[in-house]
Amino acid sequence: MAPTSTAAAQLETIPQLLERNVARYGTKAAYREKEFGIWQSWTWSQAAQEIDALAFGLLKLGVNEGDHIAIIGRNRPYMYWAMVAAQKCGAVPVPLYQDAVAEEIAYVLDHCGARFVIAQDQEQVDKVFEVQDKLNNLEHMIYLDPRGMRKYDHSKLTRYQKLQEQGLAAKAELGAELDARMDHQNADTTCVMLYTSGTTGRPKGVVLSNRNVVETSKNSSEFDDLKPGDEILAYLPMAWVGDFIFSIGQAYWTGFCVNCPESPDTMHSDLREIGPTYYFAPPRVFETQLTNVMIRMEDAGRFKQWLFHHFMAHAKKVGPDLLDGKSVSFGDKLKYKLGDLLVFGPLKNTLGFSRVRVGYTAGEAIGPEIFDFYRSLGINLKQLYGQTEACVFITQQPDGEVRSDTVGVASPGVELKIAENGEVFYRSPGVFVEYFKNAESTADTKDKEGWVATGDAGFIEDGSGHLRIIDRAKDVGKMADGALFAPKYVENKLKFFPNVLEAVVFGNGRDRCAAFINIDLTAVGNWAERNNIAYSSYQELAGHPQVLATIQAHVEEVNASVAQDPMLAGCQIHRFLVLHKQLDADDGELTRTLKVRRRIIEEKYADLINALYDGSEHVSTETEVTYEDGRKGAIKATLELRDAKVFSPVKMAAE
Amino acid sequence: MSGGNYKTEDGRQIGGTLMEMKNITLRFGGVVAISDISFDIHEGEIRAIIGPNGAGKSSMLNVISGFYHPQDGEVWFRGERRPTMKPYQVAKQGIARTFQNIALFNGMSVLDNVMTGRLTHMESGLFSQAIWRGKAEREEVENREAVEKIIDFLEIQAIRKTPVGRLPYGLKKRVELARALAAEPKLLLLDEPMAGMNVEEKEDMSRFILDVNDEFGTTIALIEHDMGVVMDLSDRVVVMDYGKKIGDGTPDEVRNNQEVIDAYLGVSHD
Repeated sequence: MAPTSTAAAQLETIPQLLERNVARYGTKAAYREKEFGIWQSWTWSQAAQEIDALAFGLLKLGVNEGDHIAIIGRNRPYMYWAMVAAQKCGAVPVPLYQDAVAEEIAYVLDHCGARFVIAQDQEQVDKVFEVQDKLNNLEHMIYLDPRGMRKYDHSKLTRYQKLQEQGLAAKAELGAELDARMDHQNADTTCVMLYTSGTTGRPKGVVLSNRNVVETSKNSSEFDDLKPGDEILAYLPMAWVGDFIFSIGQAYWTGFCVNCPESPDTMHSDLREIGPTYYFAPPRVFETQLTNVMIRMEDAGRFKQWLFHHFMAHAKKVGPDLLDGKSVSFGDKLKYKLGDLLVFGPLKNTLGFSRVRVGYTAGEAIGPEIFDFYRSLGINLKQLYGQTEACVFITQQPDGEVRSDTVGVASPGVELKIAENGEVFYRSPGVFVEYFKNAESTADTKDKEGWVATGDAGFIEDGSGHLRIIDRAKDVGKMADGALFAPKYVENKLKFFPNVLEAVVFGNGRDRCAAFINIDLTAVGNWAERNNIAYSSYQELAGHPQVLATIQAHVEEVNASVAQDPMLAGCQIHRFLVLHKQLDADDGELTRTLKVRRRIIEEKYADLINALYDGSEHVSTETEVTYEDGRKGAIKATLELRDAKVFSPVKMAAE
Repeated sequence: MSGGNYKTEDGRQIGGTLMEMKNITLRFGGVVAISDISFDIHEGEIRAIIGPNGAGKSSMLNVISGFYHPQDGEVWFRGERRPTMKPYQVAKQGIARTFQNIALFNGMSVLDNVMTGRLTHMESGLFSQAIWRGKAEREEVENREAVEKIIDFLEIQAIRKTPVGRLPYGLKKRVELARALAAEPKLLLLDEPMAGMNVEEKEDMSRFILDVNDEFGTTIALIEHDMGVVMDLSDRVVVMDYGKKIGDGTPDEVRNNQEVIDAYLGVSHD
């Protein structure tokens, strides 16, 4: 490794970046949070003081170098400070998903051997208490919100603010120790450990070094020209690598401000008030927003509807070109300006996107209509492709080269290669150190030369050099007749319909494909309301004959489109059913990042799958559900199975 | 049973007598709604009033809140006998309530509804309110802060600006609780806080009631039909039937009281 210069040596770790930011941007806002109806803010200097106070408190508690400190809570400045304070002490922060149930938390806490937990509120503290018998290493918990915990036994429990006070009181004696700990740290020190949600099996602890995080943050910030003065809204789970890179890595590298919403429910109004300049959301959020806009437009007066549709049609025509800087006729430009004044501007403002300079979506495929809708409004929405193991960035779309069907070119510093079976491999400075306590998986994923298997099948497009992802490599299978089976490809097409929230396609090793479909309650419920269709429950609506007919039409439309592609024509859906319950992460059917867990669904609903293939018209089933508080119940239902029309592949029809 | 000044099993401190009803009798013409009932409420406790329909529970709550004036009997509050008062005077004394049939201002936002609960804490006159300078402005800021803390406490930030009329029932009940809390009452009266709610909403509401009691030390008197809720929440229970008191004690005592069982399950007359 080349020796680093002294100037750069001071910017190798997150705590070092914090020191630089205090010196350079001391009086600028670093964090904001809406509380009691007002945006409270902290400058970089104030944030550093809070972090120091907590770091001293942690030292006083006896935190050692290399300890793991679990952090459970929603996005709040205090929780971010907890991560950096842990880093200052030489400990490793381990953020956990706040909506994880107690057993999931128990597994992670046990696996990383956390001695300390910093929890947001009573709910999180209770979850840890529930499983503490299994946790031999756990010594002490720190909590932020004291509500409801007045009567708790405080021998192993300290309030966040109190720990900060204790830390400040002991500043004189611990000052030298904290400095020494900071001096021990360099680029190779572990920065954070993140557990991957894992579509299969137990979560794995991904160890990321400061080099991984800082290098990636530097490269990606420069790629999009992020600057101090940019604003982001931190609302995605803190345990997710993206939030860590955006809200800590990039925020500390460039010195921009992290805004935390008041509560998860107020996210949209907070978004609107802040007007972020840099924004990330999974496709689902964009879908939901678009669905809401469309639903509300349908309730609008006739003139407003006409205005909206008229200008949106124009925006679809010229909006993306304007965004990409291509030439557009003067008349079209003028009309777009007028549209911006009357429709796009107010709409963007309502959505909270007025100031978005760089917007990203990733995680799942986004529907072309949805993608184009936002781009035609003039929002620079782009796609990226990433993984926890890569510190997010593998590929991303440069400005001016944005399309809905690719995930962009290799990010700066990233090398790509495609294996013979189509699997995508990458190598970059952001490549993770190891899976914690799991050398076997590390070796499986990362080879000696540092190439990492993504587990996704894809190809690099000729000409543009953009990467296109087809499906998970292990999900791509063969039908009984040897044709290619790519379920995700079909599911995504289905999910582009607002009525369809989720779809799961089966057919690997079989002669035909069949599908489970989840309706979107917002869209279908609104449709039912407008058509005077009464329903008392999700289950009843999902089983309504008219709903089934609508879904059938969608399925057939997808079949027609799938038939266009000779390679994938075998993936047309012959039969389908609409599920009586929404697939849910609490039931283990989705990951916490809302990805479908195919194997689990196949096992759980084996009776339904059988029915899809044995030709029966109805099937009765009983499904276990888990409520938010962990209790279990069961729902019974009789589902109707329907055949969908399939189309002969285009090529054959032409013969 | 009476006495007070003890610690509950879960470690809450119960103080001395906050309110005492002595031999209350309330008649509407020839109908005796409440007949010669006495009971007390200790500082810091959760006191339930239960009974079958028409037992006189709501009438009793209305006596406490000063809406009805009993023909006989005395109401003692904080060691003093209370003269006949108007409800707003009672509110000024530190007694706030919610209603069985939600009584909010439907056209106003949640925030404004909760702000009305601060009325007893505002002193500036109509004129200074109108020009909104000096004291009136200061007061508004102070009161808004108090209200925001309650909004945060009851987790209704997301509906702060929503007109109350557009809210579902369960949330309206929560807004009503917020408005009552905004008055910073010594004694909070809840008239069937969980009526018409589903299990999840009931659980939420129960948690809020316990948290209010715990966090602000507010004494709570509540009427409720859901026996499970009453037995879990309250420290002591008064049972009424046909305007008479038929039981008074801890949930366990009341549960095993034969008269109470008869009133609830009916008794054969042979």
